[in-house]
Formats: sequence, C-alpha cells, structure tokens
Amino acid sequence: MNKPVTPVVNRASTQQDLQNGTGRRQILFRLTITSLVLLGLWQAIVVIFSMPPFILPPPLLVFDKLISNPELLWDHSLITLTEIVLGLLLGLFMGIGLALQMLLFNPVRRWLLPVLIASQAIPVFALAPILMLWFGYGMASKVIMAALIIFFPVTTTCFDGLRHTPTGYLDLATTMHANRWRQLWHIRLPAALPTLASGIRVAVVVAPIGAVVGEWVGSAGGLGYLMLQANARMQIADMFAALFILALFSILLYYSTDQLLKSHSLVSGKAKQHLKMKQRKLL
Amino acid sequence: MQATEINIRQLSLQYQNAPEPVFSDLNLQLPAGEWTCLLGSSGCGKTSLLRRLAGLIEPQHHCSGEIIDQHGQPLEGQIAYMAQQDLLLPWLKVRDNVCLQARLSKGKPSAEDYARADQLLAQLGLADSSHLLPDALSGGMRQRVALARTLMQDTPIVLMDEPFSALDAVTRHRLQALAFKALEGRTVLLITHDPQEALRLGQHVWLFQQRRLKAAATPDSPVPRPVDAELGDYQHRLLAALQAADEQFSVASVSEGERQ
Repeated sequence: MNKPVTPVVNRASTQQDLQNGTGRRQILFRLTITSLVLLGLWQAIVVIFSMPPFILPPPLLVFDKLISNPELLWDHSLITLTEIVLGLLLGLFMGIGLALQMLLFNPVRRWLLPVLIASQAIPVFALAPILMLWFGYGMASKVIMAALIIFFPVTTTCFDGLRHTPTGYLDLATTMHANRWRQLWHIRLPAALPTLASGIRVAVVVAPIGAVVGEWVGSAGGLGYLMLQANARMQIADMFAALFILALFSILLYYSTDQLLKSHSLVSGKAKQHLKMKQRKLL
Repeated sequence: MQATEINIRQLSLQYQNAPEPVFSDLNLQLPAGEWTCLLGSSGCGKTSLLRRLAGLIEPQHHCSGEIIDQHGQPLEGQIAYMAQQDLLLPWLKVRDNVCLQARLSKGKPSAEDYARADQLLAQLGLADSSHLLPDALSGGMRQRVALARTLMQDTPIVLMDEPFSALDAVTRHRLQALAFKALEGRTVLLITHDPQEALRLGQHVWLFQQRRLKAAATPDSPVPRPVDAELGDYQHRLLAALQAADEQFSVASVSEGERQ
C-alpha cells in the first residue's frame, strides 16, 4: 500500500495534448477551406447575377477597401474596440458585483432578483436613444449600452454558479470552521468559475452588438458610424469592410477569451466536468 | 493528543416540515480512542446523526439534547469529518487539498503545513502525487488524500460517513486497514451499511433500528479483525438482525398508515 503510485493519467494527458494540437490544425484547415468556398460562392453570385457594386460588391473590391484606406478604418475600429472592452469590463464588474451581493445578503436577493428577471422584458436596444439623451453622443453611452447588454447573462451565470456550490464542499468547510468570507473566496468563487466562464463567453460575443447599436443611434465615430455613413453614400463595399472588421473583432475576442479561460486550471474542461459531476452527486 | 470520549444525551432531531423525528432521546457513549461503528439500512437516520454530531444541521430544523466530552464540554473544534465522497477540490493540487484547513483558517498554508502534508502523503504512499490535481488520481488514491486531509486536521475525534463505500473490494479492504492504523488513538465514529466493515473495524458496533440504537455483539479478537469464519458468523447474525428490523419497521409503518 505504501509504495509510490504512478499517476494514472500522465500518458493520457500527453496523448490528449498531441490530439489537441492535431485538432487545432484540423479546425484551422476546415475554417480556411470553408471561407474560401464561401468567398467563391459570393464571387460566383456577383458574376452570375451581374450584381452592381452598390447592391453586392465583389469580395476583391471589399478587400481593396480594407487595404486602400487603413488609417480611417483603424481609427474607427479603435473607437469601437475601446467601447467593447470598456463595456465588457463595466458589465462584468456590475454583474459579478450584483451576483455576490445577492449571494451574501438575502434581502438584496429577495428584492432584486425578481426585478432583474423582469428587466429582461425591456429590449435593451430600445434604451439606446434614452442613453444618448442621458450620456451624450460620446463614448460613455456606447460603453453603457455594451455593459447593459451583457449585465444579465453575467449576473445570472455568476449567481447560478455561486448558488450551486456542491454542499459537500461547504459542509467540509463548516467542519473546518471557515467563516463565510473564506468559504466564498476559497470554495464558492472557484467552484462558480466554470459557470461564470460560460457567461463571459456569451458576454464577449454580445458586447460588440451593444456598442454598434449605440453607434447607429448617434455617434461621431466607430465602425457603426462608418457603416451608417457608407450606407448613406451607397458605398456598400465600405460597409462590408467595416462589417468584416467587426466580425473579426468578435471572433478574436471570443477565441482569446476562450483560450484565456481554458488555460486557467480553474475552468479547464476537466475541472468543469468534475465540478458538474460533483454538483450532480452532491446537490 | 488526549483521546476524547463522546457522550450523547437525549438527542433528538426533527427536520422542518417532517411529520416525525428522525430520532428522539438517543443516548450513546463513544469510548475515547476507540472505533465505534454505526450500522443501519439506507434512510434510517445514521447520516443525520453524524451530521448532528458534526454541527451540520441547519438551524431551522429542530434539535435537542447534548453532545459533550468526558469533561462535560461541547465538542466544538475537536471534530474532523470524512464523507462518502472524497470532497477534494478539483482546482487545488493534492498537497493544497491536504492543507485545506490551513487555507480556510489562515488564508495560505505555511511552510510547516506543507512539510506536514508531505509527511502525511508519504505515510499514505502518495509522495509522488502531491503536485497533481485530483483528476489525475484513482478512486482509492483520492480517498487516501481525503484521509491525509483528515489527519492534517489533527483532531481527537473523526466522524466518517461511509468513506469506503464507493471503492472496489480490494481497495476498500486495504484502505480500511490503512485508515485504522493512521487514526490510532482517536475516537472514531464510522457510519456504514456494510456489516463486514463494521465488524472488521469496530470495537463497538451499534445497530440503528426504528429510530433507536441497539448494541451488536462483536468478536473478541483485536481490530482490525481478519475476515475469517468467526467474522462471517457474526456477519450473518448482524444481517439477520438488520433484515428482521427492516421487516418489523415495514409492518409497523403499514399499520400506522392504515390507522391514519
């Protein structure tokens, strides 16, 4: 019994790493092929149906717009990216903060949870003109718009994760005389991270929508503003170029966040799977 | 460490909104430094009793009676708890899991805590696994880490709620012997539904039947007892007693239901 025991999954994990590497290459390969096929189809539609550039510009024209005036695109992209990142940070801060307060203070939960759920009946897009009125046409209204749009998913996923800590862990902590703050910091929060990570992934995809909607309603810069201006001047290729950058931002933000969350052992696939299993067993 | 005797007097527990108490007016003495096993079928209330001893019953439920040591003092701070699931935190490495109490009380384990954890892990044959995450361990290894975490708490009383029940027969047998050796000198209450486990490890065995405790006969040989013909005889008798109690309980429940 006392002889040293070899860990059971060393070889398996190495094999998994290799598989992950191959898997990533395969995904990249498939993504490239699919993109090329779609671009080919796009070009074919333009040629077959003789589409004028103000209805559907060919892919090469959009590419030309992307490289012909990079400064203009970069300036507007930077504004939108800043709004998205600030909105994400503000939304995460507000969402996690409210989830923690609802967990720690029962009256806050009793009074605010129904309001929070009911608030989802209000379409956030409809708030955009009011936000312009209150916070002006600058960056603040767009940041708040992006923050508001992610506030609900972040709050609910974080609260859900905090509330469903396996009771066995909390029992153990109680027998070890841990106070509620230590239980929160060392047990509840790490156990909630996989669920919160799902909320953050959703938030990263949704936040750009909030920022662009804000720009559409009223702004003096940003990719949404650029799209509106291009649309008014029938410069549809410029619109497509802005749209392409926006899609690129969303994809890059999603994958970088996903990688960041995965690289953290607390929310790794294995830990998440294990926690889910524990929650099923112990709740 | 001085061994602690546990005296349970007039202990009752009724869950909120439950029509009947789980148990009432229970009296039991757990001798200091010895293993007492509590045997009963599923749902008889043995885990509730253990949770009551560990102070895990929420205040909205109705509890009465007292649980004191030989000096008449409450047992607070003297109890370590080992559950059926290993309860290892998946985000902490093995040695950090072993040092969990230090983390929860001081925020961060000290170098001394880690040194002691390493010593305990080596004692339990897990020296090479201290830097692994629990995911990398087998079921038996995980329970040994849980045992190391319990030992790390260094309390005179250990409450165990079927900690070996999820393991295969061979691992369970090995771990029983290992736990018995490691917990020497402590007062242990082991909850189990396995008569063989109770007879093998228990210096005292109690049957929890119809919300009452009844002492069971045990072989005279020293614990941990070998699984031999004598133990087999006692096991048959225990099983018969458990079955008879279950049948009586079912009949009593049916007649009570008919009366209502």
